[in-house]
Amino acid sequence: MTARKTKSGLLFDGADWDFDSLKATYDAIEDIALNEMGLDVYPNQIEVITSEQMLDAYSSIGMPLMYHHWSFGKRFVRDDAMYRKGYQGLAYEIVINSNPCISYVMEENTIGMQALVMAHAAFGHNHFFKNNYLFKQWTDAEGILDYLQFAKRYIAKCEDRFGFDAVERILDAAHALMDHGVNRYSHPEKPNLAVELERERERAKYEDETYNDLWRTLPQHDDDPEDLDDQKRRLRQEQRRAQFGLPEENLLYFLEKNAPGLQSWEREILRIVRNIGQYFYPQKQTKVMNEGCACYVHYHIMNRLYDKGLISEGAIMEFIDSHSKVVFQPEYDDPRYSGFNPYALGFAMMQDIHRICVEPTEEDHKWFPDIAGNNQPFATLREAWAHYRDESFILQFLSPKVMRDMRMFMINDQASAPYLQVGAIHDDNGYRNVRRALARMHDLSVREPDLQVVDVDLRGNRQLYIAHTQHDGIRLDKSEAELALGYIGQLWGYGVTLQAVDNDSGEILSEMHYTPEDLVPV
Amino acid sequence: MFHIIDRRKNPKGKSIGNRQRFMRRAKAQIKKAVEDTIKTRGITDIDNGDQITIPGKTLREPGFHHAGRGGDRNYVLPGNKKFVPGDRIARPQGGDGGAGGSQASPDGEGEDEFQFVLTRDEFLDIFFEDLELPDLLKKSLKQTTAFRTARAGYSVEGSPANLNLVRTMRNSLARRIGLRRPKSSEIRELEEKIAALTAENAGDIPQPQKQANEATLKLLQAELDEAKRRSKAIAFIDPIDTRYNQFRQIPDPNTQAVMFCLMDVSGSMSEQMKELAKRFFMLLHMFLHRRYEHVEVVFIRHTSRASEVDEQTFFYSRETGGTIVSTALEEMKRILAERYPVDQWNIYAAQASDGDNYSNDGAKCTALLAEDLLPKCQYYAYIEITDEREAEIFSTAEGETALWKAYAPLAQSQNGRFALKRVKKAADIFPVFRELFAKNKAEARI
Repeated sequence: MTARKTKSGLLFDGADWDFDSLKATYDAIEDIALNEMGLDVYPNQIEVITSEQMLDAYSSIGMPLMYHHWSFGKRFVRDDAMYRKGYQGLAYEIVINSNPCISYVMEENTIGMQALVMAHAAFGHNHFFKNNYLFKQWTDAEGILDYLQFAKRYIAKCEDRFGFDAVERILDAAHALMDHGVNRYSHPEKPNLAVELERERERAKYEDETYNDLWRTLPQHDDDPEDLDDQKRRLRQEQRRAQFGLPEENLLYFLEKNAPGLQSWEREILRIVRNIGQYFYPQKQTKVMNEGCACYVHYHIMNRLYDKGLISEGAIMEFIDSHSKVVFQPEYDDPRYSGFNPYALGFAMMQDIHRICVEPTEEDHKWFPDIAGNNQPFATLREAWAHYRDESFILQFLSPKVMRDMRMFMINDQASAPYLQVGAIHDDNGYRNVRRALARMHDLSVREPDLQVVDVDLRGNRQLYIAHTQHDGIRLDKSEAELALGYIGQLWGYGVTLQAVDNDSGEILSEMHYTPEDLVPV
Repeated sequence: MFHIIDRRKNPKGKSIGNRQRFMRRAKAQIKKAVEDTIKTRGITDIDNGDQITIPGKTLREPGFHHAGRGGDRNYVLPGNKKFVPGDRIARPQGGDGGAGGSQASPDGEGEDEFQFVLTRDEFLDIFFEDLELPDLLKKSLKQTTAFRTARAGYSVEGSPANLNLVRTMRNSLARRIGLRRPKSSEIRELEEKIAALTAENAGDIPQPQKQANEATLKLLQAELDEAKRRSKAIAFIDPIDTRYNQFRQIPDPNTQAVMFCLMDVSGSMSEQMKELAKRFFMLLHMFLHRRYEHVEVVFIRHTSRASEVDEQTFFYSRETGGTIVSTALEEMKRILAERYPVDQWNIYAAQASDGDNYSNDGAKCTALLAEDLLPKCQYYAYIEITDEREAEIFSTAEGETALWKAYAPLAQSQNGRFALKRVKKAADIFPVFRELFAKNKAEARI
């Protein structure tokens, strides 16, 4: 396509945009992205929205359609208040991992900003979504919008039939366990709307057909577990655990399949929340890489546009201003500091990989022999984007130069010591330690507590046992855990015990109990 | 391949459902916050939507997270300035901030309070929840003569100006398809075929071919004639297709109200007392505004004489003199007769006073109210503003002021149309107001 150009040869003049200049700019960006950088993207769909619509999209976790829940409303009223008071700006864009890849851009943006946003979202994020192995394995870009549509309708229908309160109760509980509704080791089948509907119908039908009121009247079993000897008991436990597929790390899955008291629609809602959690799981694991990729891409494209004389000095200045705000990393003693900025870290690392490929130093040859000086920055980066997640990416590619530039240091915090100790800094002795620690900080399996369903007392009071494997003595936040445990209990319908198990010794460190009100405590 | 889609015209407010669910969830807290707000704030600001703060506790979204501190952990921070390995740093005290910040959970306990803005309507809905205007519309006014025009579906007859094109064309299309009216394109096609064949025959072609063509031509001609006949017989738009927008006259109930504010402004009413009275009047005004499209306010102040004044004078200028309440009632009666015919206006009145009255005036007031004013009013509220200490000194032996004593019997005899309440401090205003207009009370009266 031939790009429309103004008299001066620029794609656009001034700040205002219209659909023609938007299209011309898109074409110029596409040319650089595909032909120079070799990006591979889903077809793009760019949607222009107003700030109100952006606020709407914000509150429903960035998805174009979503079921209703009060927690989204809470986010909405808070963002709304913050935005109106000017405490918080809105994102310039939201991008959705779908095919076609939908990017929302705000009408308030200047044309320079729209160029940045398109380069960032429609090419940077889009390429990452399409090529990263986690997204390929875990998410279904084709089907997500259909699935959300199904979820939204289904939950609305449940609200009609069973009332707001009943649905809200289930959703609250499901949301509390959303982070633990993910299969970490085996990725799921890709959901398909027709199959989902069919499966839902079959589940209801099966229940209708096999319902027999007699089961309710059966007497309780008679053999007392106390009578069994140890070996027999252990055997029973093994059988039980095999029957339920225990241990099970996906709490929502376990409850959906096995909680005795749930209605079929309640199970379906658990499944919906679980599927949505699963969909977002790769995004949580690749924040640094995803944003880094998008920032690297937009930075490169904008500079190329300028080099080719397609945008003016004014536009590139505007770009540099917003770009440097986005990749700003406050230092640890800055009041604005709230952890590593994934944009800053990702961008710095990717720029550095580019540098290593093109202008390596002695040090780079020593640290990265296989990529230093290969003069193929784009191919190297595409390779990295496709095959790593944050943790492994940092472990593999964080270079001494980036550590020095950001002046990283590692703090060793031991609860037993009355002070914090500096464990390593950005020097020859420290690089590897700092890098390992930073990688661990970005490892989701370290960041999120390790919970598993380990046992069910089938013959007794149906107590459910959940183990929290405690690493390095890091406990759960108690008040939060108590509430969340209550939600498990509510779904399970009987007592639940949460045991903290030490990872090294296997000994049970503490227990937390949930007892439903109508049961006597154990 | 890519698309740019302009979504700006799409409906906004997709979050309204979420917002409503949120409001439902936090209803109890929001209600409390709204009530606290009006205790502490000037009545004049209340009418706007307002930022309110509710405790974040019930809005928590718990989950399993790691505790912010404890255990052995390593973390990396940017911006080293002077540290070398082995340096010891005092553990930051209090709060989860400082060096441990990177591990603090995002939805942790930091979120103690939750601030957001209610829209004006949401605010007023909560504010006036459970309140109902007594005798919202006068019974005599239900046969009102005012009408307004409203859309009322479609009809098969009407004036051409009201023709609904979309409906008409839809019917026409359906009828044409149903009756197989040939399309003009089909006729054109036939004609072209005939023309082509005729042209071919005019040329030099073998005889058998010519005959075959003649036969086809005949058939085509017959088909064309039939098509033309049908298209003539079946109208493009038939009178049975036409649909007209229908309008209907809908009786419009009387929605204008007048509110009389009567206040004693004699020396005994202090500024604070007037402030309290003002709050009550403002509340009533807002409340009426929600029910009636058009609300007029008449301010009557009195000492030993009464006069109608503007709002500024009513609340802020001082007067001296004795107190004769009946003068105000006389004035109200006069204005009513002059400007507000009972059959066109819903009439409400609120009187604020400290209870003082000229000793022989009580009977006259009662008579005026019972005979002239109350029969015309929807509701008459008397609030007595008392200073607790003063009340002890000035009240009569039974603990009642002169005016209260005179009015008290009316409350019983007037079947709920008349109410009287005491107010001591700003915080009393809203409870008293609620009590006066509480829904169940209104029902009890019916």
